[in-house]
Amino acid sequence: MLEARDLACLRGERAVFAGLSFGLPAGAALLLTGANGAGKSTLLRILAGLLPPAEGAVLWRGEDVGAEPSAHAARLRYVSHQDALKPALTVAENLALFARLWGGAVMPALEALALAPLADLPARVLSAGQRRRLALARLVLAPVPLWLLDEPTTGLDAASVERLGPILADHRARGGIVVAATHLPLPLPDARELRL
Amino acid sequence: MSGFLALLGREVRLALRHKADTLAAVMFFVLVCALFPFGVGPAPELLARIAPGALLAAALLAALLPLDRLFGADAEDGTLDQLLLSGLPRGVIAAAKALGHWITTGLPLIAASPVAAALLNLPVEAWGAAVAALALATALLSLLGTVGAALTLGARRGGVLLPLLVLPLAIPAVIFGAAAIEAAASGLSPAPFLLLLGAGLALAAPLAPVAAGAALTAE
Repeated sequence: MLEARDLACLRGERAVFAGLSFGLPAGAALLLTGANGAGKSTLLRILAGLLPPAEGAVLWRGEDVGAEPSAHAARLRYVSHQDALKPALTVAENLALFARLWGGAVMPALEALALAPLADLPARVLSAGQRRRLALARLVLAPVPLWLLDEPTTGLDAASVERLGPILADHRARGGIVVAATHLPLPLPDARELRL
Repeated sequence: MSGFLALLGREVRLALRHKADTLAAVMFFVLVCALFPFGVGPAPELLARIAPGALLAAALLAALLPLDRLFGADAEDGTLDQLLLSGLPRGVIAAAKALGHWITTGLPLIAASPVAAALLNLPVEAWGAAVAALALATALLSLLGTVGAALTLGARRGGVLLPLLVLPLAIPAVIFGAAAIEAAASGLSPAPFLLLLGAGLALAAPLAPVAAGAALTAE
């Protein structure tokens, strides 16, 4: 379903990666590994359509995603290394904006990440791990076929990483694709690994 | 439309939680107007003569203050990426930001305008025209400022670049706004000038969000 064809990325004059190709069928998972600066986050941004590739193309069901960026945006969720939270808003309010944009219900998504007891606290008082879980709660709001995760488990305790397991498994069972950049072990059985 | 309202609601809610930002713009506006009587000295007639222009200039400068954070804050914490991927057209995101800026900065300035008008010895007959002129001029600045904020996003020293881009475009708003207040102060009808200002606003309202949306890109 998702295919990268001959992707290249330049940073200044230097090629970060070039000639990168892979294809992922429905339900597949791809782990991006590699040293800092290898281009993992950049590759995720290219797959999300936020950055144009210097060369090559990203294809979805054989069609270039650059041709219709808004259609591509509607089929993916991107959890970047930033949590995209407003400290002044409560946990529920932070998620509510995206629930209104994408559909889905706030409380079940918070419960899935064990954040429901914190719903009325301002995001300012959350710990780093709790902030990360709130960012991940956006994934659960409404189903889409492509998840792009940039270091999803940074700051998470072992119990939270374990809780992520069934969420990722559900998504893949529905035919969803996961592409995750990570240094830490993720609960993604049979994931392909791409070393940048 | 519901996405636009969701985004606008969040802007207003954030401004209500960060009241100090709004208050800072209002205080800046009142303080600049309070400086004029000291500079001009004991000449109430002269003060009343420069009042219309001073009122407009001070209000537009105050409305500029929060503009460099309009997209900057969202770009820094990753919210902008999420908004760009939210499925909302970029022009709609920019329109919500512009209206949000006017509600959270323009409206408080308008509410403070009688205080500023009193400090500048503006005749009471012209206060109504001052409110109308400021409402139109700040709305125009919110639209132009959103374009400037989108263009300077990610630029080094964007905070300096932004007024340099936006203020020259706001000159017509100062001219017609001040002319409307002056007409009302001398007993004439301010309507022709307010209508011209309204025409500028009607032109900018559909065009500025499109331009700002086109300038809005992920870094």
